[in-house]
Amino acid sequence: MSRAEAAFWLLPVAAFFLAPGYLVLGSQILIVALFALSLDLILGYAGILSLGHAAFFGVGAYTAGILAVHGWGEPLSGLLAAAIVAGAVGFAVSFLVVRGEDLSRLMVTLGLGLLLYEAANRFADITGGVDGLSGVVTGKIFGVFSFDLAGRTAYVYSFVVLFALFVLLRRVVASPFGLALTGVRENRTRMPALGVPVRRRLVAAFTLAATIAGVAGALLTQTTQFVGIDTLAFDRSADVLIMLVLGGTGRLYGAIIGTAVFMIARDYLSGINPVYWEFWLGFLLVVFVLFARGGILGAADAIGRRIGRR
Amino acid sequence: MIGVLFDGIAYGSLLFLVSVGLSVTMGLMNFVNLAHGAFAMAGGFACVVAMNRYGVPFLATLPIVFVIGAALGALLERTLYRRLYRATHLDQVLFSIGLTFMAIAAATWVFGSSQQLVRLPDQLRGQVRVAGIDFGVYRLFLIAMVAVITAALGALVARTRFGAHVRAAVDDAAAARGLGIDVDRIFAVTFALGSGLAALGGALGIEVLGLDPAFALKFLVYFLIVVVVGGAGSVRGLLVAALLLGVIDVAAKYYVPRAGAFVIYAAMVVLLLAFPSGLFGRRA
Repeated sequence: MSRAEAAFWLLPVAAFFLAPGYLVLGSQILIVALFALSLDLILGYAGILSLGHAAFFGVGAYTAGILAVHGWGEPLSGLLAAAIVAGAVGFAVSFLVVRGEDLSRLMVTLGLGLLLYEAANRFADITGGVDGLSGVVTGKIFGVFSFDLAGRTAYVYSFVVLFALFVLLRRVVASPFGLALTGVRENRTRMPALGVPVRRRLVAAFTLAATIAGVAGALLTQTTQFVGIDTLAFDRSADVLIMLVLGGTGRLYGAIIGTAVFMIARDYLSGINPVYWEFWLGFLLVVFVLFARGGILGAADAIGRRIGRR
Repeated sequence: MIGVLFDGIAYGSLLFLVSVGLSVTMGLMNFVNLAHGAFAMAGGFACVVAMNRYGVPFLATLPIVFVIGAALGALLERTLYRRLYRATHLDQVLFSIGLTFMAIAAATWVFGSSQQLVRLPDQLRGQVRVAGIDFGVYRLFLIAMVAVITAALGALVARTRFGAHVRAAVDDAAAARGLGIDVDRIFAVTFALGSGLAALGGALGIEVLGLDPAFALKFLVYFLIVVVVGGAGSVRGLLVAALLLGVIDVAAKYYVPRAGAFVIYAAMVVLLLAFPSGLFGRRA
């Protein structure tokens, strides 16, 4: 781990001590950053365009929520259960997703996301429908640390899970498996000639991404003790895509930085007026696509290169 | 039973009208334009403003709405869209989502977030009774409009010089340029035509689909489904897909209201898996 990376990870630690009033927003950022990381694996590395990634976030959130409502409030096993269920759904779906081109992938992921949303809406006796699932009680972590109102436990818990899964993902993308994914993204027809089973790699990547998205969803459930139907909504899929692209795809840190910038800006601007926020978000997207395709980190790289050349 | 079929066909006709433009940009020009619903929404609001503020009769608003939609489409195509024809699908998706967000925010700011209402002229209201079954006059009108527009579009693409240019430009832009066809201009006109039709569909749809700023996203999914199931750029496929999905959706809401929109999404996924390039798609 380089010095810059260490410094980066000290920021959320410092925020814990320096901004105790913002810990609730802080844990939301950490959780959504994990969600954005999972999308980065399939979009940034494997090049699969998904408009329905919230499906797995929502599946994880509802798994943890439904378990907790029925008395299984132990958080770590709840996370594990959410990971397994979301991963299983992701595995089943991945075969439909990897076979098409961009356009049909986009439509299949979008369609599956909408299907799950409708399902959660219809089976209100299990999921709570549009009112959401309340009555979630999260137990103590290791039977010791209970969730407090100020959100201190939630923040530390989210941070530790994010960091652990980040370390895992960092290893994954640097492994031969991760390099194969990048190869598939860059040239899908050439990879089989190198002996890479493209479909199997994509299925594995999609399943892993779904698993991690499920963990992120479960974290949100456990820290807020509530599951809203918006965990499955199209807006969540679109937002996370925007956050990832804002930060820069295919570099892991982009997902975290994009999420932090997006959510802090949203918290600030929608406090002024929610309509303005939507307008400026749209404007920002158009500008980014036309002028800064690499996102924040891409732009930083470009500036860095220009300084370095002098 | 016949009533449901009739309503479904009227609904499908409307879907067809709005989706034609999207079918051209997405199917033929290979541009994923998620802002298409925003053009339809703009048409709806143009109709509302023309009727409620300037007192233009409903039927007279339709050509105005078409022209406004086409002009808006042409303007955006010239300034923004054309830069992204060669961009990745991800860039196109983000760009057009951005446009949609801006359109929704602008519409909310100007018109508020409530449903807009228009008063149809008396000739288009009520029902006619044929062979003991009631048919809504407005729905008959919708079906007739779509029949006329489909025939006109078919003739335009298949029989005119412009149509031949469009087909040449989308099949092989480089070769078309080599033959002296002004591909840029063809794309701009085609895009404007599609936007105009979307706007027209938005105006005609106020009575059936409703109109509020969320329209741009709410029905986008339906338009996308129609285009993808219909197959790239095939007018006939699009019409079949639109009518099929219209009937399925209306029938599902009528017979199994509990299932709601579930049926149409499931139908889409199944149809897409069975026909990966659409019902009448041309394989790339």
